[in-house]
Amino acid sequence: MLSRRTLVGALSATLALGAAPTVFAQDGETYIPLISKGFQHQFWQAVKQGADQAAEEFGVRITFEGPDNETMVDRQIDMLAAALANNPAAIGFAALDSQAAIPLLKQAADAGIPVIAFDSGVDSDIPASTATTDNVAAASLAADKMAELIGGAGKVAVIAHDQTSRTGIDRRDGFLNQIAAAYPDIEVVSVQYGAGDQLQSTEVAKAILTANPDLNGMFGTNEGSAIGVVNAVREMGSEGITIIGYDSGKAQTDAIRDGLMAGAITQNPVGIGYETVKAAIAAINGEELPAIIDTGFYYYDQSNIDDDEIQAVLYD
Amino acid sequence: MTSTTTTVNTPRSTLARIIAAGTHQRVLAFASLIVLLIGFSIASPNFMQASNMIAILQATSVNGVLAVAVTLVIITGGIDLSVGTMMTFCAVITGVVLTYAGMPLLLGVVAAIATGALAGSLSGTFVAKMKIPPFIATLGMMLILKGLSLVISGTRPIYFNDTPGFSEISRGSLIGNLIPALPIPNGVLILFIVAALTAYILNRTVLGRYCFALGSNEESVRLSGVNTDRWKIAIYALAGAIVGIAGLLIASRLNSAQPALGLGYELEAIAAVVIGGTSLSGGRGSILGSLIGALIMAVLTNGLRVLSVAQEWQTVVTGAIIILAVYADMMRRKKSN
Repeated sequence: MLSRRTLVGALSATLALGAAPTVFAQDGETYIPLISKGFQHQFWQAVKQGADQAAEEFGVRITFEGPDNETMVDRQIDMLAAALANNPAAIGFAALDSQAAIPLLKQAADAGIPVIAFDSGVDSDIPASTATTDNVAAASLAADKMAELIGGAGKVAVIAHDQTSRTGIDRRDGFLNQIAAAYPDIEVVSVQYGAGDQLQSTEVAKAILTANPDLNGMFGTNEGSAIGVVNAVREMGSEGITIIGYDSGKAQTDAIRDGLMAGAITQNPVGIGYETVKAAIAAINGEELPAIIDTGFYYYDQSNIDDDEIQAVLYD
Repeated sequence: MTSTTTTVNTPRSTLARIIAAGTHQRVLAFASLIVLLIGFSIASPNFMQASNMIAILQATSVNGVLAVAVTLVIITGGIDLSVGTMMTFCAVITGVVLTYAGMPLLLGVVAAIATGALAGSLSGTFVAKMKIPPFIATLGMMLILKGLSLVISGTRPIYFNDTPGFSEISRGSLIGNLIPALPIPNGVLILFIVAALTAYILNRTVLGRYCFALGSNEESVRLSGVNTDRWKIAIYALAGAIVGIAGLLIASRLNSAQPALGLGYELEAIAAVVIGGTSLSGGRGSILGSLIGALIMAVLTNGLRVLSVAQEWQTVVTGAIIILAVYADMMRRKKSN
């Protein structure tokens, strides 16, 4: 049968082609793929923007990819595999699940391709460096601002997004440790967890407000937690509560403009992208890198929310 | 490997014609695959490397097994939207058996396949006995299984670090051990074995014959005295068992059961089936076609990535290819009729 013969012929041709590996570098240009945790989300688009900026500045070629949502661990692995096929000079990687990526990261290490972790990092010693927000320092700045706003004395509470993730732990402890160390007259009456879910955080914050009618301030450790606090104060009609949030998003920036929220910490996603590419180039050139590259953070409130520097790192 | 038969007792000449048409259709899909492979090879010198071909095959393994499962249901004239979250559910149950209960590896494998078969037969019962349209019945199952995966796992991934052999199911390479030049991962081997066995069942057994017959004309099958409900439930159960294997493959590849994963995978599996020439109206289709469909999708995704096409455009191109593939198939069919 003709079709079967064609089929077998084509198949063997493919196999023959596949068996002969052809390895070329593309015109000596430096290629650095970044595999992120997400793509459509505004936060990741801001990271991409920073990476593009660095690529242009240093004359390298980058690509930026991430799965449709943060559950698609296997899709991220496929992206990493495709990136490795392109003989990259270095790779930027924000792992959804470190364990799942280890075999490919080992492959990169064996091939002498430096890996730069970004955002949440990779739980392994393979990455040459990690470009991330210093969450402890950022949360400690939130504590300073809180103390300043409530006059250095009173009762505060923390709504954290979870007690297991690195960011959850760092932001909670950064805030608590700074209060304990520098403000003896401020009492932390409660630390509760709302899974970063707006509704759940609202319920948790309402319970705290009910239990502590004399509360002075609340700190929400991510977008969902902070909005939960805002909702709780709004629904309870509580007055005189100083709210400090984290990250941005429309609901949070609106609350700051309305004066309901005093201010918030914003990470610098543009800086994360920029520093990742910059570190990758340094690693390619064999330079020593620090284990952690702090990409910076800002405190923003009504007074500076429209500044160019702040607007560049906020997202809706 | 497979033949496409619409009815069981067709006159010889008609049957021969249909088989020939079916072969052409698969050749068309296969030709597109070859064209894509050659096109990407010319466009990028990095595409046609042994390691990248293996990466493509590995990326096909889970979607390919899901496509094989959903092909069976689609041939009966149904649809299964629950395969993605069912896969996750099977992976989570394996995690419970192996990691929480500390049972031996083999029991974990059995648990995944049995869970899939059970969930599949439940979908089948909703469709066959309760007469709920397959779209609704499996949409319900999709959500039930997603929720149960989250409940059972406590919304956290279950790792298989205590079962060292588990990651070998997908990541290890039996072929590579025998022929070091061909380090094809076991996940890919399993995909091909599952596809071959399912094709055999579909084309050489009574179950397969009824699968096509139900999709062509369920009423006449029922009137000829066949217990159609029982056969339909059996087909959904078989599809479920195959989904269980996909659950093992993904869990093994990630060395963890990720409870939140799964939504969206059903649509990619259905896309692969459709690209492979299986008709959504039932009665016609082939496993080989679905396998080629899954390969086309993986080659396309990988190739566009290697070419560094922006991710926004990758999605657009994939959508366009699905429409083109189905249109080309319809045109060819119109001509042959």
